[in-house]
Amino acid sequence: MTTQPIHFYQVGSFAVGNRLLDDDGRTVQSDPNRTNSLDSGHRACQGCGEALGARYAIDAAMRASQGRLVAVNATGCLEVFSTPYPETSWRIPWLHSLFGNAPAVATGVAAALKVKGRSDVRVVAQAGDGGTVDIGFGCLSGMFERNDDVLFICYDNEAYMNTGVQRSGATPPAARTATTEAIGSEAGNAFGQGKDLPRIAMAHDIPYVATATVADLHDLEDKVERAMQVHGARYLHILVPCPLGWGSASSDTIRVARLAKETGLFPVFEAVDGKVTGVSPIRHRTPVEEYLSIQGRYAHLFGKHPRTDIIARIQAMADRNITTYGLLAEEPADIDPKGVDV
Amino acid sequence: MLRQIEGSRAVAETVALCRPEVVCAYPISPQTHIIEAIGVMVASGALAPCEFINVESEFAAMSVSIGASAAGARAYTATASQGLLFMIEAVYNAAGLGLPIVMTLANRAIGAPINIWNDHSDAMAVRDAGWIQLFAETNQEAADLHVLAFRLAEELSLPVMVCMDGFILTHAVERVDLPDQAQVDAYLPPYEPRQVLEPDDPVSIGAMVGPEAFEEVRYLAHLRQLDALERIPALATAFEEAFGRPSGGLVSPYRIEDADIVIVALGSVLGTIKDAVDARRDAGDRVGVLGITAFRPFPNDAVREALSRARSVVVVEKAFSIGFGGVLSTDVAMASHDTGCTLRTIVCGLGGRAITSRSLEQAFAAAALDELDSLTFLDLDHEIVERERTRMTTTRRSGPSAENILRDLGTVASRID
Repeated sequence: MTTQPIHFYQVGSFAVGNRLLDDDGRTVQSDPNRTNSLDSGHRACQGCGEALGARYAIDAAMRASQGRLVAVNATGCLEVFSTPYPETSWRIPWLHSLFGNAPAVATGVAAALKVKGRSDVRVVAQAGDGGTVDIGFGCLSGMFERNDDVLFICYDNEAYMNTGVQRSGATPPAARTATTEAIGSEAGNAFGQGKDLPRIAMAHDIPYVATATVADLHDLEDKVERAMQVHGARYLHILVPCPLGWGSASSDTIRVARLAKETGLFPVFEAVDGKVTGVSPIRHRTPVEEYLSIQGRYAHLFGKHPRTDIIARIQAMADRNITTYGLLAEEPADIDPKGVDV
Repeated sequence: MLRQIEGSRAVAETVALCRPEVVCAYPISPQTHIIEAIGVMVASGALAPCEFINVESEFAAMSVSIGASAAGARAYTATASQGLLFMIEAVYNAAGLGLPIVMTLANRAIGAPINIWNDHSDAMAVRDAGWIQLFAETNQEAADLHVLAFRLAEELSLPVMVCMDGFILTHAVERVDLPDQAQVDAYLPPYEPRQVLEPDDPVSIGAMVGPEAFEEVRYLAHLRQLDALERIPALATAFEEAFGRPSGGLVSPYRIEDADIVIVALGSVLGTIKDAVDARRDAGDRVGVLGITAFRPFPNDAVREALSRARSVVVVEKAFSIGFGGVLSTDVAMASHDTGCTLRTIVCGLGGRAITSRSLEQAFAAAALDELDSLTFLDLDHEIVERERTRMTTTRRSGPSAENILRDLGTVASRID
């Protein structure tokens, strides 16, 4: 096939057309021979970010491992919607044990493969934010600390969605959940709480930690690819909007994920051996209102008496991330993210 | 080979002969010596290929074992007491997934009050988890049962828990005949999983099952436990043929042929019970003993047959269901419900309280005279209990009972009197 050099962003949006790239630059998802590790027919909600994130990540891991992959899954939406007995959407060997033990189960799988001399087969473990930052945290920290040969992927939709949208240790401040209702003067989730798991992972000095969103497929797949290049404990934290829990339009999943990054609320970076080695710069700095106002979980901030004070606190969080991670690009792209057509 | 050896060491060396491939270690008394010894053997390369994983909790120990077993490795771990309770969700899960993990349970009491000594509360807490539970009477049996356990587990795709009394067995140095590698290899074939995580043949394990199939899935697990009732005696026979000594089986009767009274018990206390029974025989009582080796699956038919000629049955238990009474007693009552015998329960040895042959003899003598209460707490200090009851009645903030009782006793040492 003949190729010609094409300017990356000539399409005028972030949705880089694969047909404009040479073969090496194309995404796994654009490959008609991709594995479809999480196949169609599953029971996720319309616009589910987690289903998208899981397919992106596992297909990329499958390509990186030449199809030699075993996945361990924590209890949660991903597990429930993908494997209602006797059906399964997984086209790879897949094991679900419990809510809080996916990292340890994955350690066991990796240990078994090692004693069997199966160095060709790689192990991923996956969980939602509850299974990662809360109930699975002990096992995860143990897996990190022992540097077991597992890529752990957290699909972060910032609450317990499977049980009906309850607060987790990853729920952001002011967000309404079923256990942090939008009631009272400090409506929604409290400020000053929650776990920053990517940084906690880095503190374990594991070889690779990265964050990503479902809005940037190239970046997500690249990070999976890099994570699979190394052995030991690796952590990938993917922001996956949940239309049901976030009260966003199911057609807005990518937009919401992109705004999380463009506002600075969700820093997209990678870290090697405990040190940040790269960030995805904000292309068009966006005030947090644009992110918050399209989500029902923040509707109480935009009522008859808008809570500008709370919005300002959230903006301050975004600003702090921008400073901490150096998220502003040297030369911001002159592109309006609101105009993105995905 | 005959060795003078600590029970934990004997178990560790026997487990090593079973060629485990993944061993998880988390320290909790009184099982720690077992995993320490295996750790040394793995580090020395003697067990290669074997992964020894120091995990961060018992919950992780069982979870790592689940992953290892599902990926086709022979997995082993050991725990006790609080550790078993901490891993209980994974204990149920391993059974539900049909993974042939073998675990030693060094039986120990459960707090509060915290207590490291022996009783059977831990094993009883997971009675319904779907594991096969075998109880060892001696260290010889504890070691032997592990060889049988791996074979049984892997034949049936069910996890097996080998229960051995904490300290009483785990820390006792006594004579044990340890098998050699060739004998164990001949008895225990390599693990051939029924289902395995394999990229060439991908399967989904652990799917969600709703009301339409859950009962059938559970019933199948029950049937496989019933299969174990057939396989345990068969494997015990094969064991005797291979190793030249009997070990395992469903039950172990002692002097029951003509017994009016049969004492039923689990584990190491059977030795003391046999001494007490011999003494009562000498005194003219027709007493016998039925040791239960397989507690789960419960050998209903074997127990019923053994008790069919007894006028009176006394179940001696190192555990009880608070607010009710005996645990093993309930099973024995079900097995013997139509034999016409009278059933009594003696609860004893809780938290390591010494069980003396003298106290047992007195209780058995009372049973022979039909003077034993239906539920007896052996050597219970009623006066101490009454003093604390009075304190609790008269003073709202009477303080913690455990400390009050220790103060009343004036000693913290274990009493044998």
